[in-house]
Amino acid sequence: MFYREAGDFSTTYPQDSQTFPIRFDRYRYYVVLAFAFLVVPFLINDYWANAILLPFLIYTIAAIGLNILTGYCGQVSLGTGGFMAVGAYACYKLMTAFPEVSIFIHVILAGGVTALVGVLFGLPSLRIKGFYLAVATLAAQFFLVWLFNRVPWFYNYSASGQINAPERTVFGVLVTGPSAPAWATYMFCLVFATLCAILARNLTRGTIGRSWMAIRDMDIAAEIIGVNPLTAKLSAFALSSFFVGVSGALFFAIYLGAVEVGEVFGIQKSFLVLFMIIIGGLGSIFGAFAGAAFLVVLPVFLKVVGVDLLGWPTDIVAHIQFIIIGALIIMFLILEPHGLAQLWRLTKEKLRLWPFPH
Amino acid sequence: MKVKLTTLAVSALMAAGPALADLTYPLLSYRTGAYAANGIPFADGYTDYFTLLNERDGGIGGVPTRVLECETGYNTEKGVECYESTKGEGSLVYQPLSTGITYQLIPKATADNIPVHSMGYGRTSAANGKIFSHVFNYPATYWDGASIAINHILDVNGGDISGKKIALVYHNSAYGKEPIRTLEELSKKHGYELTTLAVDHPGQEQKSQWLQIRRERPDYVLMWGWGVMNQVAIQEAANIRFPMENFIGIWWSGSENDVLPAGDGADGYKALALANPGGDYPIYDDLQKYVYDAGKGAGAGDQMKTVLYNRGLYAALLAAEATKKAQELAGTADITPAQMRDGMEALVITEETMAGLGLPDFGPAFEVTCDKHGGSGLGKVQQWDASAKTWSVITDWIKSDDSVIQPLIMEDSAAFAAENNIAERCN
Repeated sequence: MFYREAGDFSTTYPQDSQTFPIRFDRYRYYVVLAFAFLVVPFLINDYWANAILLPFLIYTIAAIGLNILTGYCGQVSLGTGGFMAVGAYACYKLMTAFPEVSIFIHVILAGGVTALVGVLFGLPSLRIKGFYLAVATLAAQFFLVWLFNRVPWFYNYSASGQINAPERTVFGVLVTGPSAPAWATYMFCLVFATLCAILARNLTRGTIGRSWMAIRDMDIAAEIIGVNPLTAKLSAFALSSFFVGVSGALFFAIYLGAVEVGEVFGIQKSFLVLFMIIIGGLGSIFGAFAGAAFLVVLPVFLKVVGVDLLGWPTDIVAHIQFIIIGALIIMFLILEPHGLAQLWRLTKEKLRLWPFPH
Repeated sequence: MKVKLTTLAVSALMAAGPALADLTYPLLSYRTGAYAANGIPFADGYTDYFTLLNERDGGIGGVPTRVLECETGYNTEKGVECYESTKGEGSLVYQPLSTGITYQLIPKATADNIPVHSMGYGRTSAANGKIFSHVFNYPATYWDGASIAINHILDVNGGDISGKKIALVYHNSAYGKEPIRTLEELSKKHGYELTTLAVDHPGQEQKSQWLQIRRERPDYVLMWGWGVMNQVAIQEAANIRFPMENFIGIWWSGSENDVLPAGDGADGYKALALANPGGDYPIYDDLQKYVYDAGKGAGAGDQMKTVLYNRGLYAALLAAEATKKAQELAGTADITPAQMRDGMEALVITEETMAGLGLPDFGPAFEVTCDKHGGSGLGKVQQWDASAKTWSVITDWIKSDDSVIQPLIMEDSAAFAAENNIAERCN
């Protein structure tokens, strides 16, 4: 009834090609944005910021990045953790080398550095495909973590091998360090997540996104119709790594503040982000948000229910968490292989017909 | 929208938490994952001691205690979540039992005015209270540990170890890297040759490291390990028939759970001790009567009298004594985290205190002052007897080499102060 294209007339081309063609969707999008930008900052506290919203936003950016590479371009990558580490260490080196430059620029530059590294490790993708490429990116993961552990220059020769984010401000408000207010860190990450999502959405429905999808669906056919696999694959690696680098920089500078590369950016981080896009939905920007929310919020939710509400022993709850999340992942893969994004798509189809499905 | 609904549901549940009026001690434990074998006994000991205080004395100064346990799995992100979820509940002192999480909490807890007790772990230079106002690592630090191990080797060799080869097998993290600097400085002083061998998390694969040890034949091997890494290292050392009495672990690599899997092969393995091992203390009579027999023991109840269970008791005891001190200083029984910090800074532990608490001849006597948060710097060496399945202490208290450690602490804490613009206190 409310959710349909009918009656919404496009009179210009930009109007015709907008992201949300349905009026209801458009307003819902504005309401969500307004809520996130204008309401949440006034309600947020340290717990909400540090336990739920910051990891959610940061993982979303990483998932968008991996989704471009794996979901849109079809290149399986297990190097996400390593690329996040590149972003984090690039941000650290920039922050300490140029303290007078805004952290905002450092985060973007850190993404740029990661993009370069990503292209470098993307070069093998021109020759190898599928599982073999996955193994090549796995090598990147281990190599990068080893590198940051091994070369003291990256951690400024600190005794513990840890990197610590110095205090930095945006418009005079602290965004890094322990005294940064929750709303400021949240807003900083929210701005990046929003910009990344808008950028990724518009990239993926333009020429470059279509060439990625052509490569994903059948690379030989794509080559025959004139898609250049070199530029398509390398641009996917570059842009994907850019987003992943930004998320790594935020993960280090805003969320954790101190990072130990082996523990934080290890192989399990690569798998976590991969699970996010699989559960959320490959080849969908909304899927990146949904997958990140699912894997960040659900463990906290289960912990709150199990420990705080039911008073169960913490180890039992931790084990139950593994069981439930594992079971849900398998259920999703069997019942809805296209992820949460597909559920959302189906809901929209049903909404179009509601309340008169026949 | 789904996200918002879930988060709303979580917030509703958070609001329904228990009421608070007790003395709250958060315990960031890990009973799952690769470090659970070491995390469980510590958590059980810590919890049981506070249960004992509640059951026997009705709490501390008449106020009941509450242990708020939160599972971290030795994972930094979960540790942050645990910290944020417990700090609002009047948490008096954090005991993260993880160097990684300690590094996270040092700036956060200082900003929130809550003390952190990283007992024999964490950032060593936090021993300098002039810079680290809210972090305590008494009774001894990692650098003390490194120095004590070298001093023991010196004793065994009649005071001369020049030209000896010493290898360090360490967990490739902030924890494992801590002693390297000290060992390098000590090698300049004593003339031994140091090789470092990193073992990546979680530490199940050490074949190549031990192959290298077999090839290079160091005279001594030191170990900074934790969790499953300890068991694997001791097994590997036994496999290459490394003389066990020349293999010395830090106090986090010296519990029953570490040596038992290697069976007879672990016989003669040495480890440092923060306190005496064993269960021959009067406190166990009280624990038996008030806690175990009453069915109030934490966990599975199979860890008592082990090294790490004792260390959990010891950590809880030090927290409880600091609370008493804080109550005395503040003149109120219901103290705040800031008052707890003052109590920790004025803590005095003597032989008599320990005897009065049912643990005579257990840990060292020490005093905490405004500028000195590191405690006594004393440790012993214990040795495993595989046939009797017991640790036996083979030395008296060994003092660490302050002339080497103190300048290092000053240097590292000064670097931290410069990075974070911290002014010196206590002057």
